[in-house]
Amino acid sequence: MSVRDYVTVRVGGHLFGIEALSIQDVFYPRNITPVPLAAHEILGVLNLRGRIVTAVCARRRLGLQPREAGAPEPKAVGIEVGGDNYGLIVDQVESVMKLDSDEMIPPPDNLPPRWAEIIPGVFRLPDSLLVIFDAPRLLTAGLQLGVAA
Amino acid sequence: MDDLISDFLTEANESLEVIDIELVRFEGHPGDRPALDKIFRLVHTLKGTCGFLGLGRLESLAHAGETLLGRFRDGKLQVSGEAVTLVLRSIDRIKLVIDGLGATGTEPAGDDSDLIAALEAMAMGAPGVETPASAPEPEPEQQVEGYDPVLGRALRPGEVSTADLDAAFAAAEGPVDSAPPALTEPSAAIADPRPVGTVEEDAAPIAATQSIRVGVDVLEDMMTLVSELVLTRNQLLQINRGRTDDSFSPPLQRLSTITGELQDSVMKTRMQPIGQAWKKLPRIIRDLANELDKKIDLVLEGEATELDRQVLEQIRDPLTHMVRNSADHGLEGPADRRTAGKAETGTIHLSAYHEGGSIVIRLRDDGRGLDTARIREKAIEKGLLTRSDAEALSESQVHRLIFAPGFSTAAAITNVSGRGVGMDVVRSNIEQIGGQIDLQSTFGSGCTVTIKIPLTLAIISALIVGASGERFAVPQGAVLELIKIGDGAEHRTEVIEQVRMVRLREELVPLIDLGAELGLPQTSQPNFVMIMKVGSHRFGVMVEEVIDTEEIVVKPLASVLRGISVFSGATLLGDGSVVLIIEPNGLAQRAGEMPLAARRAIDAAATNDDDAKIERKTMLLVRVGSGALKAVELGQITRLEHVPVGELQHLGSRAALQYRGKLMPVLCVDEDQRLKTEGVQPMLVVAGMLYTMGLAVDRIVDVVETPVTIELSPTKTGIIGTALINGRATEIIDLDHFMIMALAEHARTGPASQAGQAQEAA
Repeated sequence: MSVRDYVTVRVGGHLFGIEALSIQDVFYPRNITPVPLAAHEILGVLNLRGRIVTAVCARRRLGLQPREAGAPEPKAVGIEVGGDNYGLIVDQVESVMKLDSDEMIPPPDNLPPRWAEIIPGVFRLPDSLLVIFDAPRLLTAGLQLGVAA
Repeated sequence: MDDLISDFLTEANESLEVIDIELVRFEGHPGDRPALDKIFRLVHTLKGTCGFLGLGRLESLAHAGETLLGRFRDGKLQVSGEAVTLVLRSIDRIKLVIDGLGATGTEPAGDDSDLIAALEAMAMGAPGVETPASAPEPEPEQQVEGYDPVLGRALRPGEVSTADLDAAFAAAEGPVDSAPPALTEPSAAIADPRPVGTVEEDAAPIAATQSIRVGVDVLEDMMTLVSELVLTRNQLLQINRGRTDDSFSPPLQRLSTITGELQDSVMKTRMQPIGQAWKKLPRIIRDLANELDKKIDLVLEGEATELDRQVLEQIRDPLTHMVRNSADHGLEGPADRRTAGKAETGTIHLSAYHEGGSIVIRLRDDGRGLDTARIREKAIEKGLLTRSDAEALSESQVHRLIFAPGFSTAAAITNVSGRGVGMDVVRSNIEQIGGQIDLQSTFGSGCTVTIKIPLTLAIISALIVGASGERFAVPQGAVLELIKIGDGAEHRTEVIEQVRMVRLREELVPLIDLGAELGLPQTSQPNFVMIMKVGSHRFGVMVEEVIDTEEIVVKPLASVLRGISVFSGATLLGDGSVVLIIEPNGLAQRAGEMPLAARRAIDAAATNDDDAKIERKTMLLVRVGSGALKAVELGQITRLEHVPVGELQHLGSRAALQYRGKLMPVLCVDEDQRLKTEGVQPMLVVAGMLYTMGLAVDRIVDVVETPVTIELSPTKTGIIGTALINGRATEIIDLDHFMIMALAEHARTGPASQAGQAQEAA
């Protein structure tokens, strides 16, 4: 039995979980400077208290539709990967759940490939499924290849 | 690790570097007494410290080395290359042991008896070792360095003589003039120029209070903090600008000044003389000279020139590599040099100096220079260029090919270099730190590589520009000048063959649009051009606005963005927003298609209509027939020859010459021209890819360097057009036309064998 905290976030109507230990802060991503030639999923860079944070759009990463007009302001989950600061842009940060990691089941085989590489497992909640993100992979894997240069 | 041990390691490494340098110098000048004394003293100190710390292996190695050095010092043994090699080998072994000590904290196990025996044998004048004629008579006891008159017996290995012990005590405690006569030239030790920052307890105790050792990480932390402070200051200044109340202004000014001064001071602590990066070079050159059987003189100049230690670390390896390259590929062996009429000893000259906010490092050798033809061939062979592209390149462009990835011209891969990873890696290392590398070479007389690098990487001054509604920071060092374009501006741009250019002081500079290059939509007309130079290639970058200049702190981009070569990092501006920093080299590379295309466009424009092409060129002026003076670009000519007319073979209406073992067709430039019938016939020899031809002229008039504007006149065969040179209309010879004619000649006089032979020569 190894209980861990997962922060749940909402992206395009789906609920996802990220291990709370990997999250440094939650903030509103504002004043994003776009980075030309970068991968489509990278929205740009922004200043968070003197640190330069690379903003990665979760919707684009998952191949979901862009946000509807008039939707509430998105939030960012700050995560450090390999010494670099990233912000994962999500629609909403919901709550923290304590879950037993032994109960995590492998993701279904029929996941789209772009989901499969960043989803290590799924939890069966009473009324829904909670898909877990591998945050470092989500933020970096394959994004260099998107570089057009 | 034990503090004592780690202090010892630092000191020992410094001593060993000095020993390396001094030994090489000493070998060249066996009479250099101060050098020998210095070496001896350092080895002696090393031995003493090792003994004190209980490092037996190091101690016995150092002792054996010292014994041999002592024999040199007493004049009992003549200095030979062999002996110095042996000492250097033992120094290398010591380094090895010290490295092991550094890694594990204890002396690594190992057996040095081979080296110690060799050293002792050498010291005793073993067979095969040259000793001066005076030495062989046995001088019992006194000849042994370790004989101690006070004890009345020879010293045991590792034991220190009473006199030396006294000397050590005297030197450590008091003024040096009390040093006993056992030290031959104590004053030499004091007069030694010693790098500031090294603390040596034995000779200059006073110096210890002048400098202290500080951990590199502490300095790095300070640098980071000062960077943050600069940013915060910029932010405060920005906020204050928008305020009507100016009560904050005076203290803010003060804060700003102090921050600036603090920044300078912290920068200073990071500055180190470039000589630090050169320390290993004398030894490397010495070993290379032995290995390659060459005579090489290494001249270092400007060792005291200071630069940021981060930059220093970055250029250490590239510099070493380039020096090795010069020694291996650049310089010829003594025999070849004699044939070429040069001194047997080749010189590699390395110098450094400050220029603006940069440091310029120049590596010059007087070797054979780059072989343009061979580089061209190699580039084609390696598939880097098509033949027609290669032909279109100017000589200096061809030379720059050696910086292309996977390129190496060394005929054979030697132990030293020629693996084709060299100059490419050098270039990318230099460019990584925002530096530039350029090269000039003259075939037969040597090659000069010039590196220009920023003094520091952490804080740079930058131009903030706007393009497509976004702001970007451009390092100011990369911008040569800023010009205004657009309506009413002095400079106007024009589009030639789809490439936009600006006319700047008689020259056409190709332009790129920053926004478009970054794939951004155009929002308004560009108003400014930043003229930039990367290597020898000059181009203009169009931007919509120039907003500000600002001292910026370079912050690295996250790993997912590092692959974008046009950005070197990001920075925070005073208003708190992030802007990306443009990397000029990356921009040039991204626009890499452009320069060649642009040049072609200029050429194409020149052949299509009256549009002129202006470029400074070195022209060879010749007189042919009765017409106007004729000229040809000197770089296209392989040799100028004066051939006695008797050697010309006339085959019907055509002429040929036995040239370097092959039959070479000789063509006339003009129809009304006649080959000379007596005396010598001047001719231009042009070596093409497959064959060589001679172009007979009546007289070689002059060589001038001049801007050349060719007005095209395609009516006359063999002439591209005319240009005004020295105020006179001059016809420019179309070498391509004659090369085709020469090919026809070859085809007539025996194609297969001729072409085959000539190919070998080319």
